[in-house]
Amino acid sequence: MSTTLERNAPIAPPEYEQHPKRKWQDYFGFSTDHKVIGIQYLVTAFFFYFIGGALAEVMRTELSTPDPDFVQPEFYNQLLTMHGTIMLFLWIIPAGAAFANYLIPLMIGAEDMAFPRLNAVAFWMIPPGGILLMSSFFNGAPQAGWTSYPPLSLISGKSGEEIWILSILILGTSSMFGAINFVTTILLMRMPDMDIHSMPLFCWSMLATSGLILLGTPVLGAALILLSFDLLAGTAFFNPAGGGDPIVYQHMFWFYSHPAVYIMILPFFGAISEILPVHARKPVFGYRAIAYSSLAISFLGLIVWAHHMFSSGTPGWLRMFFMATTMIIAVPTGIKVFSWCATIWGGKLSLNSAFIFAVGFLSSFLIGGLSGVMLAAVPFDIHVHDTYFIVAHFHYVLFGGSVFGLFAAVYHWFPKMTGRMVNETLGRIHFAMTFIGFNITFLPMHQLGLQGMNRRIALYDPQFQTLNMVCTIGSYILALSTFPFIINIIWSLYKGEKAGRNPWRALTLEWQTASPPIIENFEEEPVLWAGPYDYGIDTETIDGNEDVEDMLAAVSAEG
Amino acid sequence: MTLISLWYGQNHGLLPTAASSDAGDVDQLFNFMMTIATGLFLLVEGVLVYSVIKFRRVKGDFTDGPPIEGNVPLEIVWTAIPTVIVFILSIYSFEIYNRMGGLDPMTAGDPGPQMAHAHHHSQLVALDPNRQNIALGLGASPDSKQGINPLEIKVNGIQYAWVFTYPETGVISGEIHVPVNRPVALNMTAGDVIHAFWLPEFRIKQDVIPGRVTNLVFTPNQIGQYPVVCAELCGAYHGGMKTQLYVQSEEDYQKWIQENTFAMNDEDNQSVAMNPIPSSDAEFLAPYAKDMGVSSDTLAQLKPTENK
Ligand code: HEM
Ligand SMILES: [Cu+2]
Ligand SMILES: [Cu+2]
Repeated sequence: MSTTLERNAPIAPPEYEQHPKRKWQDYFGFSTDHKVIGIQYLVTAFFFYFIGGALAEVMRTELSTPDPDFVQPEFYNQLLTMHGTIMLFLWIIPAGAAFANYLIPLMIGAEDMAFPRLNAVAFWMIPPGGILLMSSFFNGAPQAGWTSYPPLSLISGKSGEEIWILSILILGTSSMFGAINFVTTILLMRMPDMDIHSMPLFCWSMLATSGLILLGTPVLGAALILLSFDLLAGTAFFNPAGGGDPIVYQHMFWFYSHPAVYIMILPFFGAISEILPVHARKPVFGYRAIAYSSLAISFLGLIVWAHHMFSSGTPGWLRMFFMATTMIIAVPTGIKVFSWCATIWGGKLSLNSAFIFAVGFLSSFLIGGLSGVMLAAVPFDIHVHDTYFIVAHFHYVLFGGSVFGLFAAVYHWFPKMTGRMVNETLGRIHFAMTFIGFNITFLPMHQLGLQGMNRRIALYDPQFQTLNMVCTIGSYILALSTFPFIINIIWSLYKGEKAGRNPWRALTLEWQTASPPIIENFEEEPVLWAGPYDYGIDTETIDGNEDVEDMLAAVSAEG
Repeated sequence: MTLISLWYGQNHGLLPTAASSDAGDVDQLFNFMMTIATGLFLLVEGVLVYSVIKFRRVKGDFTDGPPIEGNVPLEIVWTAIPTVIVFILSIYSFEIYNRMGGLDPMTAGDPGPQMAHAHHHSQLVALDPNRQNIALGLGASPDSKQGINPLEIKVNGIQYAWVFTYPETGVISGEIHVPVNRPVALNMTAGDVIHAFWLPEFRIKQDVIPGRVTNLVFTPNQIGQYPVVCAELCGAYHGGMKTQLYVQSEEDYQKWIQENTFAMNDEDNQSVAMNPIPSSDAEFLAPYAKDMGVSSDTLAQLKPTENK
């Protein structure tokens, strides 16, 4: 069946030639086309990724020696805060939104998002928010960490802190506008034949993500507005000097920011569920289990926030409650990991760049997940909280999980977005360097934390130097790994082999239109003639493809 | 595979010395989790590596794999196994946490947030007499020797130093000395921003919060010198906010107390300045002391009134 798709393409007249094409200027303007917006999101996110990465390299260089000799400790804290904030709010979250924007309407056979203008507004809030945040470097950047706990955040530089608050408010609002669009589009705009259980898993994961965004972000907004009052107007919501309670801020902050870590990983869970079946040529294993576990994760994700506060002002019984809920999250997460492994088991795997990044995702995210369960155990978390063990854990989740998933998605959908194939050799080199560099950078951090190295420090005990040196070398390999990637993207954009509609012989709808898709997405009403993951089911057609062609002919006759 | 997990779970060598029996308990828990984690790690990575080698697509083969869409019994099994594991882990952690005194409601009360103000420290540190609230932090272990009354020490965290006050004797110091095998009860607060009091060798940590009192109770069982580390970002020199904990024999400890009480009586109010921060720390921080702005003035200002 799958071969028919490719043979099908030349039979249908190349209609898309007659369709108007996007001009390059469109990508710099206020476009309401979800595909343009998706690419705008993606390119912007990559721009900030390189900045955030450069800041990380400066930090790692500083940490190669115990003394704060490369940068001043104060500046280190600014780098730290900006690195964290950029990586989360300007890289991972927008990159997730990029794929959601690009893919959701195509996957469900819609022409665009439910609210195209709101969508464009959401994107156009990001560059100002980002530039505002960067501007703080000229006037004393924020230095209280991405968590910005008071009272420290109230006394370490007013202007930087206020700029940080404002830019997070802008970026948070943008993310909510995006979420409103995703939910409405997924629920209301699916093509008539597609019921909710035949929609691609990426849509399920965006449904779960958007729910979290809509429930969590307002609380963060409230916390930041109150923090802003404390900062500027001298109120004392959180300031203990006036009788305020800094722990309340922590609760409000983590009520958003724990779900936020799922906001950052769920879209890539979705992407992985799309990528693995295509390149393994097998149906996804346990569609419903994966779909519902996304919802379970996002529900549980709302009631675990205080696991970030085990050693802060959290009484014993509450610690036990949050330990239990956090432990339970391991179950739906485990279901996903096992299902993905079962998906590739016994398949016919093409080890292309997209697929190996997806496998890299599985193997690194696994480590982050296992250390996460350990952290749920209160007595152990009390030891390692706020140490390099945590730094290792969340980089395994965010980098090993989200970023590997993101690269897999870039390689997988690049042909769709640009109409050209990527260079597989460069892609594999990129993977090897990233995977090796990543593990050298972050694996030793587990040990550092267990041994007694606290995090967010510019100067540390000399006994930790050797391992830190290893981490720094790893981070240089990581930095170098971006070069094959950038070269690959630029080269493929101009010189890559033409992709055709469906180079991966995939079954989801986005592959049934031209690459890049025409402006209205589909030439005519798309036809849902197979489930999203029905690989290997229609076996006869592999030799003779009459079946499907007959079917298609019949359907178009109807339509 | 089971053997490797069991072996690695016990022999990972990742943790520093354990200097109290509670620390030993935490290590047991960690070893247990490490065993399970190693097992799961080997299982999943094994499946991945095997698949990538074994199930590679043969060149020219464009057919699909078998159309297996799921397997309900298998899915039930791999839902049940993690459920059982986390259930056991929760119970085990709860047990250890209880043994560490985490659920001891009688240790101290959390009076809730109070006004934090440099001049009201004596009031701030005072415990809620009714003790109707639950403690923030770790209390005494339920099975600890009830006979011995714990050594109480007040801890104050300020940018970027720790100040320890011994109410029994009035000693104030920048480093902390405790006798071996006697429970130590820390009543902690902060003077400016949030800090966290961490003893890596004891596996315990608790934030110290301006305007609140938090507690830690532990019983050292090994003589030695251990780092005290601040584990909550508290400003530029957070990395330098360190001191030492000395676990000493009863005699050595008494000697130290005596020497310091002497010094206090001799020089009266000057005493704080005499021993502002421990020498090791002082050396470590010497180059930055100026930027950090920790001076004997700051310390003197923090001197609690009841020691006059
Ligand atoms: C280029 C590779 C990267 C390197 C070398 C790197 C390195 C670092 C370092 C050295 C820290 C400071 C740790 C500390 O002192 O506590 C840090 C913090 C952090 N990183 Fe990364 N990182 C990288 C990529 C990422 C990515 C991709 C993300 C997210 C998607 C990320 C998110 C964070 C966050 C949230 C923090 C915490 C900031 C804070 O404590 O306020 N990092 N990283
Ligand atoms: Cu969390
Ligand atoms: Cu600190």
